[in-house]
Amino acid sequence: MPGTGAPLVEVAHLQHSFRSSGRGRPAVRAVDDVSFSLGAGETLGLVGESGCGKSTLARSVLRLLEPSAGTIRFAGRDITALGARALRPLRREMQMVFQDPTGALNPRRRVGSIVSAPMRWQGAGRFAAEQWTRELLVRVELAPEHAGRFPHELSGGQRQRVGIARALALEPRLVVLDEPVSALDVSVQAQIVNLLEDLQRDLGLAYLFVAHDLDVVRHVSDRVAVMYAGKIVELAPAAALYERPVHPYTAALLAAAPVPDPRRARARPRPVGGEHPDPSAPPPGCRFHPRCPAATAICRTEEPPLTEYPGGRLAACHHPLAVGPQELAAAARSAASPRSASHRLPQPAHVTA
Amino acid sequence: MATELIDRAPAGPGGLPGEEAAGVLLAPAAPRSALRRLAGSRSALGAAALLALLVLAALAAPLWADHVAGTTPYANHITDRVEVGGKARDVVSPDGVPIGPTWRGRFFLGADVNGRDIMVRLLYGGRNSLMIGVAAALLTALLAVATALVAGYFRGWVDGVLARGLDVIWAYPVILLGVALGTAFAVGGVRLGPVELAGDSKAIPVLVIAVVYVPYMARPLRGTVLALREREFVAAARAQGAGAVRVMWSEILPNLLPGIVVLLPLMVANAILLEAALSYLGAGVRPPEPSWGTMIDDGVARIVTAEHLAIAPGLMLVLTVAALNVLGDRVRDALDPHAGAGT
Repeated sequence: MPGTGAPLVEVAHLQHSFRSSGRGRPAVRAVDDVSFSLGAGETLGLVGESGCGKSTLARSVLRLLEPSAGTIRFAGRDITALGARALRPLRREMQMVFQDPTGALNPRRRVGSIVSAPMRWQGAGRFAAEQWTRELLVRVELAPEHAGRFPHELSGGQRQRVGIARALALEPRLVVLDEPVSALDVSVQAQIVNLLEDLQRDLGLAYLFVAHDLDVVRHVSDRVAVMYAGKIVELAPAAALYERPVHPYTAALLAAAPVPDPRRARARPRPVGGEHPDPSAPPPGCRFHPRCPAATAICRTEEPPLTEYPGGRLAACHHPLAVGPQELAAAARSAASPRSASHRLPQPAHVTA
Repeated sequence: MATELIDRAPAGPGGLPGEEAAGVLLAPAAPRSALRRLAGSRSALGAAALLALLVLAALAAPLWADHVAGTTPYANHITDRVEVGGKARDVVSPDGVPIGPTWRGRFFLGADVNGRDIMVRLLYGGRNSLMIGVAAALLTALLAVATALVAGYFRGWVDGVLARGLDVIWAYPVILLGVALGTAFAVGGVRLGPVELAGDSKAIPVLVIAVVYVPYMARPLRGTVLALREREFVAAARAQGAGAVRVMWSEILPNLLPGIVVLLPLMVANAILLEAALSYLGAGVRPPEPSWGTMIDDGVARIVTAEHLAIAPGLMLVLTVAALNVLGDRVRDALDPHAGAGT
């Protein structure tokens, strides 16, 4: 299913800056020149540490935040500059599920009212809205009787199901999932992920699935994008990314995931130390270089371009891992590279693995 | 019975860990159990009963005036005589001292220097004081909620303009501003578009009091709106295409209601007090219209010779304001299950 036809979402050179309070302090570029596309029915995992800008990116795609530069196209139409009124009909097509199911549900409204609100706002009749609400609740494996409950009367997993039902109410084509399971118990996480997969299969939804660790998105994603300090550092089909990560940061993230077998755990590469950089003063060159075990002089001065390797793998690194000589020879600078990135492709001498 | 109700009252709504941190103003929905907790508080019931009694008495003012006292709040009886303990006495003695409480139908609480029946004036004055207090508090709440929603939701320059406007009102002492506005309006009347108020209209003190107290209610509510608009259910509503008005009305306002409910009895108490103060200073209800404030004003000059003139309305004022304050406190406790258990 992935990659069929024209992409549903195309993001090009998107930037989002937060003005910081306090005079003289620079603006924080939470998202700094990011490009990607998402096909209809596809799932793109978006992974990174807290503060890397993944949630900002996800919200910018839905125009919940105003991007400072770049373009967002939805179903071929440029929606970057659309006003609130022009955006309203498009809101049906793109919905969001939030991380904190408690905060995302109005505590003073009943479940039925929460789920049916978007339909009523878009002009559905009362009876039709009630009917559809009952169907949606069943669809997300709740009972129609839950419509009469308040959010605080539900469990965390049930609340997230309500959040999903609300997102589906207008039959969207794109659902942005902003860490939809990270606030939930592990046992509930699996149920919600399975539900999301079933819904995607039945309804042909495209997902932008934001998570802070690679484990969660592993099984649901067709492709995975890894973000670091406001930039995409690697974007590749899920299997390739997990088996043969190209960027040292991706490798470090994979190494940081707990492994049940202690002998295997000991044999793995060590996760990197250090801190995520201050987003208002990112390091020059490659933003990962202060923490990178493979960093050299070039990493400190030149921002690596997003380089496309055979098999649809994209990575922004001067010293790519797991890339053979033929692959390196076939590499090309991707159009998704940040404008500030250099034109120098990784050289064979620099390859680390 | 009260203890029984306390025992049956649940520990709290939901009792979920994430919600404990939320303050009163952000308390989750639990109107039913909050009401049950309120009904379980003896002082809340007492205060509510006292207030109900005061309102009923004010409503029954014409009954007392027509059928018991046989006079009106404005009728002078300076030259009349009234029978007390078998002896006929002057309502107002030749040297100007009005009669004290007779504890009978006529002049139950005595008369004032014009020979008017204090009890009748007290009941009619209660009508004015309570009506003005409640109307002013409701108008304050309306203005404050609208200001807080718009300022807190749009932020930026809208918030700046509104917040500075509130600061201007806030900067003046309540009574000073009340007297200034009350006097100005009383002289010239008020013209608000199609609405025109004569200088002696009772709507003028309502308007003055409402405006003066707006910042006191709008400021805390604005803070709550600022906190609420960052909650994800607001982002969710916007993601579904809800416009600003819809978000303010159906997402934020319902969450402000507990805060408003807590503030309202206290606002009514303050408004009644300010009405009394303004009337006492001649900038509120215009004589001969009775209100507790004007009656205290009448009585203060004669506090030595005819103490009942000031004590009767003063006592009513104290009872009303105390009851409203107790009720307000208990409402707050009932809505916040984690505050100290007050009974």
